[in-house]
Amino acid sequence: MTEGIGLLSLAIWVPIVAGVLILATGGDKNADGQRTLALIGAVLGFLVTIPLWTGFDYASAGMQFEELAPWIPGFNVHYRLGVDGISMLFVILNSLTTVLVVLAGWQVIRERVSQYMAAFLIQSGLLNGVFSALDGVLFYVFFEAMLIPLYLIIGMWGGPNRVYAAIKFFLYTLLGSLLMLVSILYLYFQSGGSFEILAWHRVGLSMTAQTLLFVAFFFAFAVKVPMWPVHTWLPDAHVEAPTGGSVVLAAITLKVGAYGFLRFILPIVPDASREYAWLIVALSLIAVVYIGLVALVQSDMKKLIAYSSIAHMGFVTLGFFLFNPLGIEGGLIQMISHGFISAAMFLCVGVMYDRVHSRQIADYGGVANTMPRFAAFFMLFAMANAGLPGTSGFVGEFMVILGAVQVNFWWAFLAATTLIFGAAYTLWMYKRVVFGAVANDHVAQMKDIDSREFVVLGLLALCVLGMGLYPLPFTEVMHASVDNLLAHVANSKLVH
Amino acid sequence: MNFPMPDLMPVLPELFVLGMTCAILIFDVISRTRTPAYLLTLATLVGAAAITLVTALPQTRYTFGGQFVDDAMSDALKLMAYVATFAVVVYSRGYLVERGLWRGEFFVLALFALLGMMVMISANHLLILYIGLELLSLALYAMVALQRDAARATEAAMKYFVLGALASGLLLYGMSLLYGLTGTLELPALARVLETGVGDDLVLAFALVFVVAGLGFKLGVAPFHMWVPDIYQGAPSAVTLFISSAPKLAAFAFTMRLLVDGMQPAVADWQGMLAVMAVLSLAIGNLAAIMQSNIKRMLAYSTISHMGFLLLGVLAGNFAGYSGAMFYVIAYVLMSLGAFGLVVYLSRDQHEAENLEDFRGLNSRQPWLAALMAILMFSMAGIPPFVGFYAKLAVLQALVGAGFVWLAVVAVLFSLIGAYYYLRVVKLMYFDTPRADAPAIVPAGDARALLSANGLAVLLLGLMPQPLIALCANAMQMTLQ
Repeated sequence: MTEGIGLLSLAIWVPIVAGVLILATGGDKNADGQRTLALIGAVLGFLVTIPLWTGFDYASAGMQFEELAPWIPGFNVHYRLGVDGISMLFVILNSLTTVLVVLAGWQVIRERVSQYMAAFLIQSGLLNGVFSALDGVLFYVFFEAMLIPLYLIIGMWGGPNRVYAAIKFFLYTLLGSLLMLVSILYLYFQSGGSFEILAWHRVGLSMTAQTLLFVAFFFAFAVKVPMWPVHTWLPDAHVEAPTGGSVVLAAITLKVGAYGFLRFILPIVPDASREYAWLIVALSLIAVVYIGLVALVQSDMKKLIAYSSIAHMGFVTLGFFLFNPLGIEGGLIQMISHGFISAAMFLCVGVMYDRVHSRQIADYGGVANTMPRFAAFFMLFAMANAGLPGTSGFVGEFMVILGAVQVNFWWAFLAATTLIFGAAYTLWMYKRVVFGAVANDHVAQMKDIDSREFVVLGLLALCVLGMGLYPLPFTEVMHASVDNLLAHVANSKLVH
Repeated sequence: MNFPMPDLMPVLPELFVLGMTCAILIFDVISRTRTPAYLLTLATLVGAAAITLVTALPQTRYTFGGQFVDDAMSDALKLMAYVATFAVVVYSRGYLVERGLWRGEFFVLALFALLGMMVMISANHLLILYIGLELLSLALYAMVALQRDAARATEAAMKYFVLGALASGLLLYGMSLLYGLTGTLELPALARVLETGVGDDLVLAFALVFVVAGLGFKLGVAPFHMWVPDIYQGAPSAVTLFISSAPKLAAFAFTMRLLVDGMQPAVADWQGMLAVMAVLSLAIGNLAAIMQSNIKRMLAYSTISHMGFLLLGVLAGNFAGYSGAMFYVIAYVLMSLGAFGLVVYLSRDQHEAENLEDFRGLNSRQPWLAALMAILMFSMAGIPPFVGFYAKLAVLQALVGAGFVWLAVVAVLFSLIGAYYYLRVVKLMYFDTPRADAPAIVPAGDARALLSANGLAVLLLGLMPQPLIALCANAMQMTLQ
């Protein structure tokens, strides 16, 4: 238990305070100062999360860096924070992504700069809160509050159909979370008046209660992941969002849903989880195969990457419901890897969009001729997206497929088709955009990436390669927590 | 005849407000400008708040032979009523001045309405309750008609009066049935008689139906909600601001005194009625609000749904439900003050900013006002971290605790529908560009400062809701003893 302000509190509040400060600086006259302030806030926010990894105790399965303070004694709600091997990496991933997003929006965003930067910083703090909250109400507050900045980001800086996408995104995700709110209150009474999430893990529940809770939590998190068939908000939101918004959505927000599966559904309703695992597996496989095919026919690059995100997240949920260490760790690795790759892919599309103002594949061709350095980066990320060995994309998928073979060969077989579909839609898109003759004047006038873009893409390339070549540091962090979770899930907590 | 002198300490705030109101009425006749009356009104509210705070005691006091009660709940609600009235008077100054309505009558009527609320809040006897209600209602009818030459306002006043009179009639009939059954009009005595059982359950059911129907009218919950949108739209915005805020506190107190203090033994009977009214209000309020293009009408329907949510807390029938409902009404009054306050603030220069279109692109014209409105809208939608979320949480928690899980699910599903029209306001302000012919916003320092405080209070009480939760819990604990 930490005295005073702990690291997790800093990870949450540094970006939020920086965001509020930026808002206070007023209009676009001070745009340069606001950008600098945003970068300082984002970098500081990232720096405070590094000790979370360096000081992490690999052997412990419990919560670390815990903080506890009374918040609303009237409801028995506490300000309770902590991370374990499952959540710690996401706090760091989120804080790193924020730095990249601030850099990515540096020149592109020229209107209402302060509101743009502030929205991303506040969003980042709230997301760190989601990953580290250990109190049900506190979790819910962060979980819901993060919709507000994202709603504004999509609606204010997005594409032509942004209003529709923003409202669809908000209402869709709100539907899921409202049912979760009732479940949280139900668990409060079942656990004898506690909102502590870890205490809920120990509450015995009847099968009916578990089933209903499973359904409610499933809606809340499946919409966020998103799983087929509740995925339809994602392509709209992605297409209309500005580049930074897409990056945060794909890299972090989707992970909140998957994280919820591990923190809430598996440990709180283990019996229902085992009972209905077939359902999740089926939906995941549909996402992998069917959405992979859907991605193949997209003519809009952002839509294609959005559908590929859904397919990749299908791997994550599939891994979680295999109930073996390879599956869960593979899913977690896939989440982090997808955070890097999807961020990089959306940034690459953003780089081209900034120059040509089109996302249509048909408007490009021969980009390699005018932007060779960019084409090299894009190549790496496209390969990673297709799951090429040596990149991070391969590690998670391979682990999940191995895990699936242990349970059911045909599941593994269907999951493995992603290596074909993923390669097909990604590389075909890459070929049409980058190779060939220069397609038109717009492409002929494209300038190669500048140093700022080089830094952003270079950082991500390092992450993708590093994780692909040497994934051990990532899996090491998770081992204890995942084993603990699996042991917990294996025990029935059914009461009659 | 020898009358014992009643203890006047518990009614000191009421006496003070009454005296000051009469003084302002006379003073305004001889004064040439309205500023002194304005300042005196504000002073009256501050003074009343000071008296209420100073005379507050940790135990419940009765006076006038037990007809009047002064307890923690009444003190808290009265303080909130002063705050609301204070904000209304400050917010509406610019609006009323421009429309030639800046007259002494506005202050006097507002203060008399406040007095009526205070009497209602502290009533421990059916007749006192009724007298307070009528004092409030008559003052409000006159305020709606303040803009004498506006056809819409006059029509609204007429409607309000006729329907209000009908509701009073229903209420009185129900009360007379109760009197016939139990032989008493005093609320605690009523509860005692009901406890022992009153032979004729059919008559009791009839009495309850009439009383609850009258209550429904005054709260403005479905199916007795028809007047709400018309009155909200027709009345001058400054008066709508008043009607939508402070009287809801009194209506809540009315509900608590009548149903909980007076008829707790019949809880099983009124619970069902409230459940029907609450669900209907949530449905009608939220669904109808979607279709409105006038923001005053939209907020009127949203009020109906909020009052439905409030009833959910009351019908939970447990301590958590009552204090949750009290929390809800205080949070609602804060949000409603801010939202209508902004409508009034933007209605300048003979232009009524009452259509949703008037909020288009507000962010690029006045970012701070847009941020305040966004806070209020998200709070009304029940999105954390604003106070509206904890209000909903408190009520839902009580509902789940009392075993009404299905009602909680219905309530959250309708909140989802509600979120849509609140989001639409945010969308208009943030995503759209302003109209070219948008009228200028006339700055008014005092109203702007108070509006900022109001919006920030909604945010801060959302980040730190404990003080308000504790206040409501204490008040309820004391009242229910």
